[in-house]
Amino acid sequence: MTKSFDKTEWGLLLALPVLICLTFVLPAWVVNYIHVSLGTGLVALGVMIQMRAGLVSFGQGLYFCVGGYTAGLAGKFLGISDLFALLVLGLVASVAISFVLGFLLRRYREIFFAMLSLAVSMILFGLLSSTEELGSTDGFNLPQATYLGWAPEGDLGETVLYAATCVVTILLAFGLNRILRSPLGYINEAIRENELRVEYLGTSARQAVHITYVIAAAVSATGGVLWALALGHVDPEMTNWTTSGQFVFVSILAGVGNIAAPLIGTFILEIVRVYAVEISPNTWQMILGTLMLLTIVFLPRGLWSLTETARKKAGSNGSAQVVAGE
Amino acid sequence: MVSGKPGAHAGAIRKSRNILMTATAIGLASVLAAAGPAQAEDEQVKIGFVTFLSGGAAGPFGVPARNAAELMIEAVNAGSLPAPYDSAGLAGKQIDALFVDENSKQKNADYQKLVEKDEVDMVLGYISSSSCKAIAPEAEKAQKLTILFDCGTPQIFEEIVTDPKYTFRTGAHATMDNVAAARYLVDTGAKTGSYAGINQNYAFGQDSWRDFSAAMSQVAADAEIATEQFPKIYAGQYGSEISALLTAKPDVVHSSFWGGDMEAFVIQGSTRGIFERAKVVLTTGETAMHRLGTQMPDGTVIGARGPHGDLAPESELNSWFRKAYFDRFGTLPTYPSYKMAQALLGVKAAADKAGSTDQDAVIGALRGLEWEGPSGKVSMALANGHQAIQGTAYGTYKYDKDAGKAVLVDVVRYGAECVNPPAGMNSIDWINSGFEGAKCD
Repeated sequence: MTKSFDKTEWGLLLALPVLICLTFVLPAWVVNYIHVSLGTGLVALGVMIQMRAGLVSFGQGLYFCVGGYTAGLAGKFLGISDLFALLVLGLVASVAISFVLGFLLRRYREIFFAMLSLAVSMILFGLLSSTEELGSTDGFNLPQATYLGWAPEGDLGETVLYAATCVVTILLAFGLNRILRSPLGYINEAIRENELRVEYLGTSARQAVHITYVIAAAVSATGGVLWALALGHVDPEMTNWTTSGQFVFVSILAGVGNIAAPLIGTFILEIVRVYAVEISPNTWQMILGTLMLLTIVFLPRGLWSLTETARKKAGSNGSAQVVAGE
Repeated sequence: MVSGKPGAHAGAIRKSRNILMTATAIGLASVLAAAGPAQAEDEQVKIGFVTFLSGGAAGPFGVPARNAAELMIEAVNAGSLPAPYDSAGLAGKQIDALFVDENSKQKNADYQKLVEKDEVDMVLGYISSSSCKAIAPEAEKAQKLTILFDCGTPQIFEEIVTDPKYTFRTGAHATMDNVAAARYLVDTGAKTGSYAGINQNYAFGQDSWRDFSAAMSQVAADAEIATEQFPKIYAGQYGSEISALLTAKPDVVHSSFWGGDMEAFVIQGSTRGIFERAKVVLTTGETAMHRLGTQMPDGTVIGARGPHGDLAPESELNSWFRKAYFDRFGTLPTYPSYKMAQALLGVKAAADKAGSTDQDAVIGALRGLEWEGPSGKVSMALANGHQAIQGTAYGTYKYDKDAGKAVLVDVVRYGAECVNPPAGMNSIDWINSGFEGAKCD
């Protein structure tokens, strides 16, 4: 088996213990940002695998919110606080919803797909915002996570939740990398390039899009469950278009070159935001906007393309002429 | 790209690298520079202020609150406030302020960063009830003194943190606004045969209407609900809702609209005559009364979520605050400014009383404290001394043509214990019980 691991997968496997050990090395507030970034990073991953098929989802917040609210509702009304049960519930809810919606969305591409996914997510936003029983726009709080009957408290509780988040995130990233390397992954790239030819070659593009959509939903919902447990609070902002827009923002900033890109990109963006707020609390959005603009102008394929140019340079022994002319 | 101009491509990459590196260097330099003046820490008390500095709530709430904070910090540090706040600093220590934008998805992580990285001595802030719900448990976990100055939901100490140690709220919660509004209508002899509501379809709007209609069924038992309208927040256009209000012919229209939505409703509603046919109650109307001037119809009932702004009783502190704020920012302070000033003065009163800015000392002094804010007396009477109550007031709008400015007439003041639930009682239960234990003059 191991010989089929590619570089990314080795990287992910190595990253897991490193990530978990960070909690003992870095100050708690940085670990906290890593923690929440892993949650939202999973949603960005969901956006990214759809981007591979040329689909920009402007409503991925929908599944982020479905995950968060499923965990919240299970905690509030059923008294479930077990992490594994909540993850399964989030998965079931998101797969069920995305399977049904997929029949509609798989028929659309480009701006129509973007707008339709946005519309669906805003319907949920409207519903949740006007439901008084669920705290309306104020949302409600979640209980502390437990693990098969074990209920660690305080600092230990946070460390365990962080470790669990790391494990789940890495596992999902690993699985998604496999999917990108599988026939489905290549069909998606082919759909982006030329959907008509894919159909001529005898594969159903719509089916591939449908499956990708469901997978993206499941990953995003898992991110939602983990993020909501870390925050201890859910509100409808999770499915507002501004939240969904941030996931697209991250995917563009980080690039779709590698499965790790959205995860790392989310964290970088978070830290840049933190310092931008610290430097200029009133105009921090300008700093983020400038960064976005610089990235689009100079790195149209995202931050991840930096690593590729670095690798090519090293590989070609400094002769940039050959690389550029390949 | 295939064979075109290879040199240019490589050049572009190199150039982009350089630019990115320069940007990073500048960024790092400014971070280091910002970290520079951290000496003399012992003489300073560091406070993290969190309000909306961007987004829809920044204009009407976040920025006026920040302005008030800046003004008050300078005055406290210089010792230029009127007595009894005329000593410089908090128990002699200068305030070092740090502002953070509440408009963020990662509120809790931002909070932790304030506590751990910036090592603030206390956090003062939070306008949105959603933020407060998320932050209150976090504050207890982090064991850091946290003062909520504005958010309205009564749930904070009733459901979320029932045994607070580190969390305080120096503003009264939203129940008071609507109970007082109902009482004001009855006390001023307004016709209350039927009443209608137009409130934004989100938590604050729903809660406000719930409290108001429950209070109305207590103070005016035979009043009937004509219609309830819940347009979307930030909708801006209320044509169909105003039509519905006009056809329902209510005697009273209640609205908790705030900011731009409220101004839009006033302008759209007044041209269609709703303000003439019904008594309109605007629970947050004070923020717009000077901006709208003659566009606000006479006879509108105006509240300010507490005795703030034009409803503030006359005092040396209030005149000082209004003048200093106007001189500096060119507008009169609205209630978010008042609530921020009130919170900071509470902290000052507690620190001065304890003679120290040590966290435990301040917490001990703040618990159950009474102090004078620019809008009168505030007492930390609920939730074991962690939740403030305050009297409130309502007035009726009148445009004074001779003076060329808006004034409030028929102002009625309500004591804190008349319009706030007693300790240990949920707001809605208290209203439905017929305001059990309320002390009204």
